[in-house]
Amino acid sequence: MSLISVEHLTKSFGGIVAVNELDLTIEPGGIVSIIGPNGAGKTTLFNLLSGIYQPTAGRIFFADEDVTDLSCHELAGIGLSRTFQNVQSFMNMSALENVMVGCHLHSNQRFIDTLLQLPSIKKSNRECRDTAIELMTYVGLKDYISAPADRLPYGALKRLEIARALATRPRVLLLDEPAAGLNPRETQEIDDLIRDIAKQGTTVMLVEHDMKLVMGISDRIIVIDHGQWLAEGTAEEIRHNPDVIAAYLGEQGRNR
Amino acid sequence: MNWRQPHTGGMVMLLAVMAVLPLFLDNSFQYEIAIKVALNAAVCVGLNLLIGYTGQISLGHAGFFALGAYSSAILTDRYGLPPMAAMLTGALGVGLLSFIIARPILKLKGHYLAMGTLGMGVIISIVLNQEADFTGGPDGMSVAALTIFGWEPVTEFQWYWIAVGFLALCVWLSLNLINSPVGRALRAVHGSEIAARTMGIDTTHYKVLVFVVSAVMACLAGSLFAHYNGYITPSKADFFYSIELVTMVVLGGMASTFGAVIGAVVLTVVPQVLTVFENYEMMVFGGVLMGMIIFMHKGLLPTLSEFIGKRFHEPDKR
Ligand SMILES: Nc1ncnc2c1ncn2[C@@H]1O[C@H](COP(=O)(O)OP(=O)(O)OP(=O)(O)O)[C@@H](O)[C@H]1O
Ligand SMILES: [Mg+2]
Repeated sequence: MSLISVEHLTKSFGGIVAVNELDLTIEPGGIVSIIGPNGAGKTTLFNLLSGIYQPTAGRIFFADEDVTDLSCHELAGIGLSRTFQNVQSFMNMSALENVMVGCHLHSNQRFIDTLLQLPSIKKSNRECRDTAIELMTYVGLKDYISAPADRLPYGALKRLEIARALATRPRVLLLDEPAAGLNPRETQEIDDLIRDIAKQGTTVMLVEHDMKLVMGISDRIIVIDHGQWLAEGTAEEIRHNPDVIAAYLGEQGRNR
Repeated sequence: MNWRQPHTGGMVMLLAVMAVLPLFLDNSFQYEIAIKVALNAAVCVGLNLLIGYTGQISLGHAGFFALGAYSSAILTDRYGLPPMAAMLTGALGVGLLSFIIARPILKLKGHYLAMGTLGMGVIISIVLNQEADFTGGPDGMSVAALTIFGWEPVTEFQWYWIAVGFLALCVWLSLNLINSPVGRALRAVHGSEIAARTMGIDTTHYKVLVFVVSAVMACLAGSLFAHYNGYITPSKADFFYSIELVTMVVLGGMASTFGAVIGAVVLTVVPQVLTVFENYEMMVFGGVLMGMIIFMHKGLLPTLSEFIGKRFHEPDKR
Protein backbone atom coordinates (compact mmCIF):
# COMPACT_ATOMS: atom_id res chain seq x y z
CA MET A 1 0.00 0.00 0.00
CA SER A 2 1.32 3.39 -0.92
CA LEU A 3 0.63 6.25 1.45
CA ILE A 4 0.37 8.99 -1.12
CA SER A 5 0.29 8.68 -4.85
CA VAL A 6 -0.54 11.17 -7.55
CA GLU A 7 -1.42 10.44 -11.15
CA HIS A 8 -0.94 12.87 -14.02
CA LEU A 9 -1.16 15.71 -11.52
CA THR A 10 -1.26 19.07 -13.26
CA LYS A 11 -1.69 22.60 -12.02
CA SER A 12 -1.51 25.60 -14.26
CA PHE A 13 -1.81 29.27 -13.45
CA GLY A 14 -2.89 30.96 -16.63
CA GLY A 15 -0.03 30.19 -18.98
CA ILE A 16 2.36 28.82 -16.36
CA VAL A 17 2.21 25.07 -15.81
CA ALA A 18 3.62 24.81 -12.29
CA VAL A 19 3.05 21.07 -11.95
CA ASN A 20 2.95 19.13 -15.18
CA GLU A 21 1.61 15.57 -15.56
CA LEU A 22 3.35 14.45 -12.40
CA ASP A 23 3.26 10.82 -11.24
CA LEU A 24 4.57 10.01 -7.76
CA THR A 25 4.29 7.27 -5.21
CA ILE A 26 5.26 7.78 -1.58
CA GLU A 27 5.58 4.68 0.59
CA PRO A 28 4.74 4.94 4.28
CA GLY A 29 7.56 5.55 6.74
CA GLY A 30 10.80 7.42 6.49
CA ILE A 31 11.78 10.72 4.97
CA VAL A 32 11.20 11.52 1.32
CA SER A 33 12.65 14.72 -0.04
CA ILE A 34 11.34 16.62 -3.02
CA ILE A 35 14.05 18.74 -4.56
CA GLY A 36 14.37 20.83 -7.66
CA PRO A 37 15.53 24.27 -8.76
CA ASN A 38 13.64 27.44 -7.80
CA GLY A 39 10.22 27.51 -9.41
CA ALA A 40 10.26 23.76 -10.07
CA GLY A 41 6.80 23.44 -8.57
CA LYS A 42 7.62 21.97 -5.15
CA THR A 43 5.46 24.34 -3.13
CA THR A 44 2.67 24.01 -5.68
CA LEU A 45 2.85 20.23 -5.27
CA PHE A 46 2.50 20.63 -1.48
CA ASN A 47 -0.41 23.02 -1.97
CA LEU A 48 -2.10 20.43 -4.16
CA LEU A 49 -1.44 17.57 -1.73
CA SER A 50 -2.76 19.58 1.22
CA GLY A 51 -5.86 20.73 -0.63
CA ILE A 52 -5.02 24.43 -0.76
CA TYR A 53 -5.13 24.26 -4.55
CA GLN A 54 -7.47 22.17 -6.66
CA PRO A 55 -5.56 20.43 -9.45
CA THR A 56 -6.22 21.43 -13.04
CA ALA A 57 -6.04 17.74 -13.92
CA GLY A 58 -4.98 14.45 -12.35
CA ARG A 59 -5.84 12.57 -9.18
CA ILE A 60 -4.41 12.37 -5.68
CA PHE A 61 -4.66 9.23 -3.54
CA PHE A 62 -4.10 8.97 0.18
CA ALA A 63 -3.82 5.43 1.53
CA ASP A 64 -5.25 4.25 -1.80
CA GLU A 65 -8.32 6.43 -1.46
CA ASP A 66 -9.08 9.15 -3.96
CA VAL A 67 -8.84 12.42 -2.00
CA THR A 68 -8.58 14.79 -4.97
CA ASP A 69 -11.83 16.54 -4.13
CA LEU A 70 -11.37 16.77 -0.39
CA SER A 71 -10.90 20.22 1.07
CA CYS A 72 -7.97 21.30 3.14
CA HIS A 73 -9.54 20.72 6.55
CA GLU A 74 -10.83 17.30 5.54
CA LEU A 75 -7.34 16.27 4.48
CA ALA A 76 -6.05 17.41 7.86
CA GLY A 77 -8.75 15.21 9.36
CA ILE A 78 -7.42 12.09 7.66
CA GLY A 79 -3.87 12.71 8.74
CA LEU A 80 -2.10 15.15 6.47
CA SER A 81 -0.39 18.17 7.95
CA ARG A 82 2.17 20.68 6.80
CA THR A 83 4.30 23.72 7.43
CA PHE A 84 4.73 26.69 5.14
CA GLN A 85 7.68 28.08 3.23
CA ASN A 86 6.70 31.62 4.28
CA VAL A 87 5.67 31.08 7.86
CA GLN A 88 1.93 31.25 8.50
CA SER A 89 1.85 31.55 12.26
CA PHE A 90 -1.17 32.95 14.07
CA MET A 91 0.48 36.23 15.08
CA ASN A 92 -2.60 37.30 17.03
CA MET A 93 -2.11 34.47 19.52
CA SER A 94 0.49 33.27 21.98
CA ALA A 95 3.03 30.69 20.84
CA LEU A 96 1.35 28.08 23.01
CA GLU A 97 -2.10 28.88 21.60
CA ASN A 98 -0.69 28.42 18.10
CA VAL A 99 0.09 24.84 18.96
CA MET A 100 -3.22 24.44 20.81
CA VAL A 101 -4.99 25.30 17.55
CA GLY A 102 -3.30 22.24 16.11
CA CYS A 103 -5.22 20.14 18.64
CA HIS A 104 -8.51 21.35 17.19
CA LEU A 105 -9.42 18.06 15.55
CA HIS A 106 -9.00 16.17 18.80
CA SER A 107 -10.94 18.51 21.03
CA ASN A 108 -14.58 19.20 21.81
CA GLN A 109 -15.93 21.58 19.16
CA ARG A 110 -19.62 21.31 20.02
CA PHE A 111 -21.22 24.72 20.01
CA ILE A 112 -23.64 24.34 22.91
CA ASP A 113 -20.97 22.78 25.12
CA THR A 114 -18.76 25.73 24.21
CA LEU A 115 -21.32 28.44 24.96
CA LEU A 116 -22.03 26.95 28.38
CA GLN A 117 -18.37 26.10 28.99
CA LEU A 118 -19.29 22.59 30.10
CA PRO A 119 -16.68 20.52 31.95
CA SER A 120 -15.87 18.71 28.69
CA ILE A 121 -14.69 22.01 27.22
CA LYS A 122 -12.50 22.73 30.23
CA LYS A 123 -11.10 19.23 29.90
CA SER A 124 -10.42 19.84 26.20
CA ASN A 125 -8.69 23.12 27.04
CA ARG A 126 -6.52 21.38 29.62
CA GLU A 127 -5.63 18.55 27.27
CA CYS A 128 -4.79 20.92 24.43
CA ARG A 129 -2.62 22.96 26.74
CA ASP A 130 -0.76 19.90 28.03
CA THR A 131 -0.23 18.54 24.53
CA ALA A 132 0.96 21.93 23.31
CA ILE A 133 3.42 22.34 26.17
CA GLU A 134 4.74 18.85 25.52
CA LEU A 135 5.14 19.52 21.79
CA MET A 136 6.79 22.90 22.31
CA THR A 137 9.24 21.25 24.63
CA TYR A 138 9.77 18.49 22.07
CA VAL A 139 10.67 20.92 19.27
CA GLY A 140 12.89 22.93 21.61
CA LEU A 141 10.70 25.95 22.28
CA LYS A 142 10.38 25.54 26.03
CA ASP A 143 11.53 29.12 26.62
CA TYR A 144 8.77 30.57 24.47
CA ILE A 145 5.79 28.82 26.00
CA SER A 146 4.25 31.99 27.42
CA ALA A 147 5.46 34.34 24.67
CA PRO A 148 3.17 35.97 22.11
CA ALA A 149 3.84 34.48 18.67
CA ASP A 150 4.87 37.83 17.22
CA ARG A 151 7.82 38.01 19.64
CA LEU A 152 9.38 34.79 18.34
CA PRO A 153 12.46 34.98 16.13
CA TYR A 154 12.21 33.49 12.66
CA GLY A 155 13.92 30.22 13.51
CA ALA A 156 11.59 29.66 16.44
CA LEU A 157 8.54 30.32 14.26
CA LYS A 158 9.66 27.54 11.91
CA ARG A 159 9.73 25.11 14.83
CA LEU A 160 6.45 26.45 16.13
CA GLU A 161 4.87 25.48 12.83
CA ILE A 162 6.28 21.99 13.15
CA ALA A 163 4.89 21.68 16.68
CA ARG A 164 1.53 22.98 15.50
CA ALA A 165 1.45 20.51 12.62
CA LEU A 166 2.39 17.64 14.94
CA ALA A 167 -0.49 18.55 17.23
CA THR A 168 -2.90 17.41 14.53
CA ARG A 169 -1.30 13.92 14.91
CA PRO A 170 -0.51 13.57 11.20
CA ARG A 171 0.35 10.39 9.35
CA VAL A 172 2.21 12.49 6.80
CA LEU A 173 3.97 15.71 7.56
CA LEU A 174 4.88 18.01 4.66
CA LEU A 175 7.73 20.35 5.53
CA ASP A 176 8.32 23.19 3.06
CA GLU A 177 11.87 24.48 3.52
CA PRO A 178 12.08 24.09 7.29
CA ALA A 179 15.77 25.07 7.31
CA ALA A 180 15.56 28.14 5.09
CA GLY A 181 17.02 31.17 6.84
CA LEU A 182 18.48 29.14 9.71
CA ASN A 183 22.10 29.23 10.80
CA PRO A 184 24.16 25.99 10.74
CA ARG A 185 23.52 25.19 14.40
CA GLU A 186 19.76 25.68 14.02
CA THR A 187 19.84 23.62 10.84
CA GLN A 188 21.51 20.77 12.71
CA GLU A 189 18.80 20.93 15.38
CA ILE A 190 16.06 20.84 12.73
CA ASP A 191 17.86 17.91 11.13
CA ASP A 192 17.76 15.98 14.41
CA LEU A 193 14.15 16.95 14.96
CA ILE A 194 13.00 15.73 11.53
CA ARG A 195 14.84 12.44 12.00
CA ASP A 196 13.13 11.96 15.34
CA ILE A 197 9.69 12.75 13.93
CA ALA A 198 10.20 10.11 11.26
CA LYS A 199 11.46 7.67 13.87
CA GLN A 200 8.24 8.16 15.85
CA GLY A 201 6.35 6.82 12.81
CA THR A 202 5.23 9.92 10.93
CA THR A 203 6.11 9.88 7.25
CA VAL A 204 7.92 13.08 6.37
CA MET A 205 7.92 14.75 2.97
CA LEU A 206 10.59 17.38 2.87
CA VAL A 207 11.19 20.23 0.45
CA GLU A 208 14.55 21.80 1.13
CA HIS A 209 17.32 23.59 -0.73
CA ASP A 210 20.03 22.78 1.83
CA MET A 211 21.62 19.85 -0.04
CA LYS A 212 23.76 18.77 2.89
CA LEU A 213 20.61 18.35 4.97
CA VAL A 214 18.69 16.63 2.17
CA MET A 215 21.44 14.21 1.22
CA GLY A 216 22.07 13.23 4.82
CA ILE A 217 18.53 12.78 5.99
CA SER A 218 16.51 11.39 3.08
CA ASP A 219 15.57 7.77 2.59
CA ARG A 220 14.48 8.66 -0.92
CA ILE A 221 14.78 11.75 -3.03
CA ILE A 222 12.49 12.81 -5.84
CA VAL A 223 13.71 15.48 -8.21
CA ILE A 224 11.30 17.62 -10.16
CA ASP A 225 12.03 20.33 -12.68
CA HIS A 226 9.60 22.56 -14.54
CA GLY A 227 6.80 20.75 -12.77
CA GLN A 228 7.87 17.40 -14.17
CA TRP A 229 9.35 14.28 -12.66
CA LEU A 230 13.08 14.22 -13.36
CA ALA A 231 14.62 11.52 -11.20
CA GLU A 232 14.11 9.43 -8.11
CA GLY A 233 16.44 7.42 -5.92
CA THR A 234 18.69 7.37 -2.90
CA ALA A 235 20.99 10.28 -2.12
CA GLU A 236 23.87 8.47 -3.75
CA GLU A 237 21.92 7.80 -6.95
CA ILE A 238 20.63 11.36 -7.17
CA ARG A 239 24.05 12.88 -6.57
CA HIS A 240 25.42 11.14 -9.64
CA ASN A 241 22.38 11.43 -11.90
CA PRO A 242 23.42 13.41 -15.02
CA ASP A 243 19.90 14.81 -15.57
CA VAL A 244 19.84 16.20 -12.05
CA ILE A 245 23.27 17.69 -12.41
CA ALA A 246 22.23 19.28 -15.68
CA ALA A 247 19.07 20.73 -14.14
CA TYR A 248 20.99 22.31 -11.27
CA LEU A 249 23.86 23.47 -13.45
CA GLY A 250 21.30 24.90 -15.82
CA GLU A 251 19.92 26.87 -12.95
CA GLN A 252 23.34 28.13 -11.95
CA GLY A 253 23.91 29.08 -15.56
CA ARG A 254 20.68 31.11 -15.50
CA ASN A 255 21.66 32.81 -12.27
CA ARG A 256 24.96 33.88 -13.62
CA MET B 1 -13.81 28.97 39.87
CA ASN B 2 -10.32 30.03 39.11
CA TRP B 3 -9.99 33.64 40.29
CA ARG B 4 -6.62 34.16 38.76
CA GLN B 5 -8.03 33.67 35.30
CA PRO B 6 -8.50 37.09 33.70
CA HIS B 7 -11.90 35.97 32.43
CA THR B 8 -13.30 35.16 35.83
CA GLY B 9 -11.78 38.24 37.38
CA GLY B 10 -13.13 40.46 34.63
CA MET B 11 -16.59 38.96 34.88
CA VAL B 12 -16.68 39.51 38.64
CA MET B 13 -15.52 43.08 38.18
CA LEU B 14 -18.16 43.72 35.53
CA LEU B 15 -20.92 42.37 37.78
CA ALA B 16 -19.62 44.47 40.66
CA VAL B 17 -19.70 47.63 38.56
CA MET B 18 -23.20 46.79 37.39
CA ALA B 19 -24.36 46.27 40.96
CA VAL B 20 -22.79 49.44 42.32
CA LEU B 21 -23.62 51.77 39.45
CA PRO B 22 -27.26 52.45 40.45
CA LEU B 23 -25.93 54.14 43.62
CA PHE B 24 -24.50 56.83 41.37
CA LEU B 25 -27.42 57.19 39.00
CA ASP B 26 -29.90 59.69 40.37
CA ASN B 27 -32.19 60.70 37.56
CA SER B 28 -33.98 59.00 34.72
CA PHE B 29 -31.73 60.64 32.12
CA GLN B 30 -28.70 58.96 33.64
CA TYR B 31 -30.54 55.65 33.79
CA GLU B 32 -31.47 56.06 30.16
CA ILE B 33 -27.82 56.50 29.23
CA ALA B 34 -26.80 53.47 31.28
CA ILE B 35 -29.45 51.33 29.58
CA LYS B 36 -28.38 52.48 26.13
CA VAL B 37 -24.75 51.83 27.05
CA ALA B 38 -25.57 48.29 28.12
CA LEU B 39 -27.52 47.50 24.95
CA ASN B 40 -24.84 49.02 22.70
CA ALA B 41 -22.20 47.12 24.63
CA ALA B 42 -24.07 43.87 24.12
CA VAL B 43 -24.10 44.45 20.37
CA CYS B 44 -20.39 45.32 20.49
CA VAL B 45 -19.52 42.16 22.41
CA GLY B 46 -21.11 40.13 19.62
CA LEU B 47 -19.61 42.26 16.87
CA ASN B 48 -16.21 41.94 18.48
CA LEU B 49 -16.41 38.18 18.13
CA LEU B 50 -16.76 38.74 14.42
CA ILE B 51 -14.42 41.68 13.88
CA GLY B 52 -11.91 41.53 16.70
CA TYR B 53 -11.49 37.80 17.14
CA THR B 54 -12.30 36.35 13.73
CA GLY B 55 -11.05 39.32 11.68
CA GLN B 56 -14.18 39.67 9.54
CA ILE B 57 -15.51 43.22 9.24
CA SER B 58 -19.21 44.05 9.18
CA LEU B 59 -20.56 47.48 8.35
CA GLY B 60 -24.14 46.25 8.44
CA HIS B 61 -24.87 45.09 11.96
CA ALA B 62 -27.21 48.01 12.62
CA GLY B 63 -29.46 46.17 10.19
CA PHE B 64 -29.72 43.16 12.50
CA PHE B 65 -30.33 45.42 15.49
CA ALA B 66 -33.16 47.12 13.60
CA LEU B 67 -34.59 43.81 12.43
CA GLY B 68 -34.78 42.71 16.06
CA ALA B 69 -36.44 45.96 17.04
CA TYR B 70 -38.97 45.78 14.21
CA SER B 71 -39.79 42.11 14.62
CA SER B 72 -40.65 42.80 18.25
CA ALA B 73 -42.69 45.83 17.26
CA ILE B 74 -44.52 44.21 14.36
CA LEU B 75 -45.08 40.75 15.80
CA THR B 76 -46.58 42.13 19.04
CA ASP B 77 -48.59 44.84 17.30
CA ARG B 78 -49.93 43.11 14.20
CA TYR B 79 -49.90 39.47 15.18
CA GLY B 80 -50.60 39.79 18.85
CA LEU B 81 -47.62 37.67 19.92
CA PRO B 82 -46.50 38.03 23.54
CA PRO B 83 -43.30 40.14 23.62
CA MET B 84 -41.02 37.27 24.66
CA ALA B 85 -42.37 35.07 21.88
CA ALA B 86 -41.95 37.92 19.41
CA MET B 87 -38.39 38.45 20.56
CA LEU B 88 -37.50 34.79 20.15
CA THR B 89 -39.22 34.60 16.77
CA GLY B 90 -37.25 37.65 15.67
CA ALA B 91 -34.03 36.09 16.88
CA LEU B 92 -34.79 32.86 15.05
CA GLY B 93 -35.63 34.78 11.89
CA VAL B 94 -32.47 36.87 12.05
CA GLY B 95 -30.48 33.75 12.87
CA LEU B 96 -31.81 32.11 9.74
CA LEU B 97 -31.40 35.22 7.59
CA SER B 98 -27.81 35.78 8.74
CA PHE B 99 -27.07 32.10 8.19
CA ILE B 100 -28.26 32.36 4.59
CA ILE B 101 -26.41 35.63 3.95
CA ALA B 102 -23.23 34.55 5.72
CA ARG B 103 -21.97 31.91 3.31
CA PRO B 104 -21.84 34.06 0.16
CA ILE B 105 -20.91 37.29 1.93
CA LEU B 106 -18.07 35.83 4.00
CA LYS B 107 -16.44 34.50 0.85
CA LEU B 108 -15.51 38.14 0.36
CA LYS B 109 -12.41 39.52 1.99
CA GLY B 110 -11.17 42.89 3.20
CA HIS B 111 -12.69 45.86 1.40
CA TYR B 112 -15.11 43.65 -0.49
CA LEU B 113 -16.50 42.19 2.71
CA ALA B 114 -16.89 45.73 4.07
CA MET B 115 -18.79 46.74 0.94
CA GLY B 116 -20.90 43.57 0.99
CA THR B 117 -22.00 43.96 4.60
CA LEU B 118 -22.55 47.67 4.04
CA GLY B 119 -24.85 46.82 1.14
CA MET B 120 -26.67 44.31 3.32
CA GLY B 121 -27.29 46.98 5.98
CA VAL B 122 -28.45 49.48 3.40
CA ILE B 123 -30.93 47.00 1.91
CA ILE B 124 -32.41 46.29 5.35
CA SER B 125 -32.68 50.02 5.96
CA ILE B 126 -34.42 50.58 2.62
CA VAL B 127 -36.87 47.77 3.24
CA LEU B 128 -37.76 49.16 6.67
CA ASN B 129 -38.27 52.60 5.15
CA GLN B 130 -40.30 51.39 2.19
CA GLU B 131 -42.57 48.76 3.70
CA ALA B 132 -44.60 51.50 5.38
CA ASP B 133 -47.67 49.28 5.74
CA PHE B 134 -45.75 47.13 8.15
CA THR B 135 -43.14 49.43 9.61
CA GLY B 136 -44.77 52.81 9.50
CA GLY B 137 -42.07 53.91 7.07
CA PRO B 138 -39.64 56.67 7.99
CA ASP B 139 -41.99 57.89 10.74
CA GLY B 140 -41.47 54.66 12.62
CA MET B 141 -43.92 52.87 14.87
CA SER B 142 -44.69 52.53 18.53
CA VAL B 143 -43.83 49.35 20.39
CA ALA B 144 -45.86 47.55 23.03
CA ALA B 145 -44.51 47.30 26.56
CA LEU B 146 -42.33 44.34 27.44
CA THR B 147 -43.84 41.64 29.61
CA ILE B 148 -41.77 38.78 30.94
CA PHE B 149 -44.08 35.98 32.03
CA GLY B 150 -46.72 38.49 33.00
CA TRP B 151 -44.36 40.88 34.75
CA GLU B 152 -44.02 44.29 33.15
CA PRO B 153 -40.96 46.38 33.87
CA VAL B 154 -41.96 49.99 34.29
CA THR B 155 -39.27 51.82 36.24
CA GLU B 156 -35.91 52.82 34.83
CA PHE B 157 -34.34 50.81 37.61
CA GLN B 158 -36.05 47.63 36.44
CA TRP B 159 -35.06 48.31 32.86
CA TYR B 160 -31.52 48.92 34.00
CA TRP B 161 -31.36 45.38 35.36
CA ILE B 162 -32.83 43.90 32.23
CA ALA B 163 -30.26 45.69 30.07
CA VAL B 164 -27.20 44.97 32.19
CA GLY B 165 -28.43 41.42 32.78
CA PHE B 166 -28.56 40.90 29.04
CA LEU B 167 -25.11 42.44 28.68
CA ALA B 168 -23.71 40.20 31.40
CA LEU B 169 -25.17 37.18 29.60
CA CYS B 170 -23.59 38.24 26.31
CA VAL B 171 -20.22 38.82 27.98
CA TRP B 172 -20.39 35.45 29.70
CA LEU B 173 -21.25 33.65 26.47
CA SER B 174 -18.53 35.51 24.60
CA LEU B 175 -15.90 34.64 27.20
CA ASN B 176 -16.97 31.01 27.12
CA LEU B 177 -16.80 30.98 23.36
CA ILE B 178 -13.35 32.53 23.19
CA ASN B 179 -11.84 30.36 25.88
CA SER B 180 -12.46 27.10 24.02
CA PRO B 181 -11.31 25.13 21.00
CA VAL B 182 -13.96 26.93 18.94
CA GLY B 183 -12.67 30.29 20.14
CA ARG B 184 -9.12 29.41 19.19
CA ALA B 185 -10.38 28.30 15.78
CA LEU B 186 -12.00 31.73 15.32
CA ARG B 187 -8.79 33.52 16.25
CA ALA B 188 -6.82 31.21 13.98
CA VAL B 189 -9.04 32.30 11.08
CA HIS B 190 -7.96 35.86 11.89
CA GLY B 191 -4.28 34.92 12.13
CA SER B 192 -4.00 32.90 8.93
CA GLU B 193 -6.96 31.38 7.21
CA ILE B 194 -4.78 29.00 5.17
CA ALA B 195 -2.95 27.72 8.22
CA ALA B 196 -6.23 27.36 10.09
CA ARG B 197 -7.57 25.14 7.33
CA THR B 198 -4.50 22.95 7.36
CA MET B 199 -5.08 22.48 11.10
CA GLY B 200 -8.41 20.85 10.24
CA ILE B 201 -10.54 23.93 10.88
CA ASP B 202 -13.50 24.33 8.57
CA THR B 203 -13.03 28.07 8.30
CA THR B 204 -16.23 28.71 6.35
CA HIS B 205 -18.26 26.94 9.03
CA TYR B 206 -16.73 29.03 11.80
CA LYS B 207 -17.08 32.30 9.96
CA VAL B 208 -20.75 31.56 9.38
CA LEU B 209 -21.17 30.53 13.01
CA VAL B 210 -19.71 33.71 14.44
CA PHE B 211 -21.62 35.87 11.96
CA VAL B 212 -24.88 34.29 13.10
CA VAL B 213 -23.99 34.64 16.79
CA SER B 214 -23.15 38.31 16.40
CA ALA B 215 -26.29 38.94 14.34
CA VAL B 216 -28.52 37.28 16.93
CA MET B 217 -26.95 39.25 19.78
CA ALA B 218 -27.54 42.49 17.86
CA CYS B 219 -31.09 41.38 17.10
CA LEU B 220 -31.93 40.64 20.74
CA ALA B 221 -30.44 43.94 21.84
CA GLY B 222 -32.61 45.62 19.21
CA SER B 223 -35.74 43.92 20.55
CA LEU B 224 -34.98 45.06 24.08
CA PHE B 225 -34.24 48.56 22.88
CA ALA B 226 -37.55 48.73 21.01
CA HIS B 227 -39.56 47.72 24.07
CA TYR B 228 -37.61 50.03 26.34
CA ASN B 229 -37.87 53.00 24.01
CA GLY B 230 -41.50 52.34 23.17
CA TYR B 231 -40.90 53.70 19.73
CA ILE B 232 -38.72 52.71 16.81
CA THR B 233 -37.68 54.38 13.57
CA PRO B 234 -35.60 53.04 10.67
CA SER B 235 -32.76 55.34 11.74
CA LYS B 236 -31.55 52.45 13.93
CA ALA B 237 -30.76 50.55 10.73
CA ASP B 238 -28.67 53.46 9.50
CA PHE B 239 -25.22 52.99 8.08
CA PHE B 240 -24.08 55.56 10.63
CA TYR B 241 -25.16 53.38 13.54
CA SER B 242 -23.18 50.48 12.05
CA ILE B 243 -20.13 52.73 11.92
CA GLU B 244 -20.70 53.79 15.54
CA LEU B 245 -20.72 50.14 16.58
CA VAL B 246 -17.53 49.35 14.69
CA THR B 247 -15.86 52.43 16.19
CA MET B 248 -16.80 51.26 19.69
CA VAL B 249 -15.23 47.86 19.03
CA VAL B 250 -12.08 49.40 17.59
CA LEU B 251 -11.75 51.97 20.37
CA GLY B 252 -12.19 49.52 23.23
CA GLY B 253 -9.95 46.90 21.76
CA MET B 254 -10.20 44.40 19.00
CA ALA B 255 -10.21 40.88 20.33
CA SER B 256 -11.02 41.96 23.86
CA THR B 257 -14.52 41.32 25.19
CA PHE B 258 -14.21 43.80 28.04
CA GLY B 259 -12.57 46.24 25.65
CA ALA B 260 -15.71 46.18 23.51
CA VAL B 261 -17.75 47.02 26.60
CA ILE B 262 -15.45 49.92 27.45
CA GLY B 263 -15.60 51.20 23.86
CA ALA B 264 -19.39 51.18 24.04
CA VAL B 265 -19.35 52.98 27.39
CA VAL B 266 -17.05 55.74 26.18
CA LEU B 267 -18.69 56.35 22.84
CA THR B 268 -22.25 56.19 24.16
CA VAL B 269 -21.67 58.37 27.20
CA VAL B 270 -19.40 61.03 25.74
CA PRO B 271 -21.78 62.29 23.02
CA GLN B 272 -24.67 62.31 25.52
CA VAL B 273 -22.81 64.26 28.15
CA LEU B 274 -20.99 66.67 25.90
CA THR B 275 -23.95 67.91 23.91
CA VAL B 276 -21.64 70.28 22.06
CA PHE B 277 -20.73 67.26 20.00
CA GLU B 278 -24.22 66.86 18.71
CA ASN B 279 -23.59 68.42 15.35
CA TYR B 280 -20.15 66.96 15.01
CA GLU B 281 -20.91 63.44 16.16
CA MET B 282 -20.06 61.89 12.84
CA MET B 283 -16.78 63.79 12.71
CA VAL B 284 -15.85 62.76 16.22
CA PHE B 285 -16.50 59.10 15.47
CA GLY B 286 -14.52 59.36 12.25
CA GLY B 287 -11.67 61.02 14.10
CA VAL B 288 -11.66 58.40 16.85
CA LEU B 289 -11.66 55.59 14.31
CA MET B 290 -8.76 57.07 12.36
CA GLY B 291 -6.80 57.94 15.47
CA MET B 292 -7.17 54.48 16.93
CA ILE B 293 -6.19 52.74 13.75
CA ILE B 294 -3.11 54.90 13.31
CA PHE B 295 -1.86 55.24 16.89
CA MET B 296 -3.30 52.42 18.95
CA HIS B 297 -4.56 49.77 16.62
CA LYS B 298 -4.98 47.20 19.37
CA GLY B 299 -7.49 49.44 21.13
CA LEU B 300 -7.67 50.98 24.60
CA LEU B 301 -7.90 47.96 26.88
CA PRO B 302 -5.29 45.69 25.25
CA THR B 303 -2.86 48.59 24.94
CA LEU B 304 -3.37 49.57 28.57
CA SER B 305 -3.09 46.06 29.93
CA GLU B 306 0.01 45.46 27.84
CA PHE B 307 1.49 48.68 29.23
CA ILE B 308 0.60 47.75 32.79
CA GLY B 309 1.80 44.20 32.21
CA LYS B 310 5.16 45.49 31.01
CA ARG B 311 5.53 47.88 33.92
CA PHE B 312 4.57 45.49 36.69
CA HIS B 313 4.79 41.91 35.60
CA GLU B 314 7.95 41.63 33.54
CA PRO B 315 10.65 43.51 35.41
CA ASP B 316 13.23 40.93 34.30
CA LYS B 317 13.69 41.45 30.60
CA ARG B 318 14.94 38.22 29.11
N1 LIG C 1 -0.51 31.25 -7.06
C1 LIG C 1 0.25 31.30 -8.17
N2 LIG C 1 -0.11 32.05 -9.23
C2 LIG C 1 0.65 32.09 -10.33
N3 LIG C 1 1.81 31.44 -10.50
C3 LIG C 1 2.24 30.67 -9.47
C4 LIG C 1 1.48 30.56 -8.25
N4 LIG C 1 2.15 29.72 -7.43
C5 LIG C 1 3.24 29.34 -8.08
N5 LIG C 1 3.31 29.89 -9.31
C6 LIG C 1 4.36 29.67 -10.31
O1 LIG C 1 4.52 28.28 -10.45
C7 LIG C 1 5.90 27.95 -10.55
C8 LIG C 1 6.26 26.99 -9.46
O2 LIG C 1 6.25 27.67 -8.20
P1 LIG C 1 6.53 26.98 -6.83
O3 LIG C 1 6.33 27.99 -5.78
O4 LIG C 1 5.74 25.75 -6.73
O5 LIG C 1 8.06 26.61 -6.95
P2 LIG C 1 9.05 26.01 -5.88
O6 LIG C 1 9.61 24.79 -6.48
O7 LIG C 1 8.41 25.91 -4.57
O8 LIG C 1 10.19 27.11 -5.85
P3 LIG C 1 11.09 27.63 -4.64
O9 LIG C 1 12.18 26.63 -4.49
O10 LIG C 1 11.60 28.94 -5.10
O11 LIG C 1 10.22 27.74 -3.45
C9 LIG C 1 6.66 29.25 -10.52
O12 LIG C 1 6.91 29.64 -11.84
C10 LIG C 1 5.69 30.22 -9.88
O13 LIG C 1 5.91 31.51 -10.34
MG1 LIG D 1 8.63 26.75 -2.73
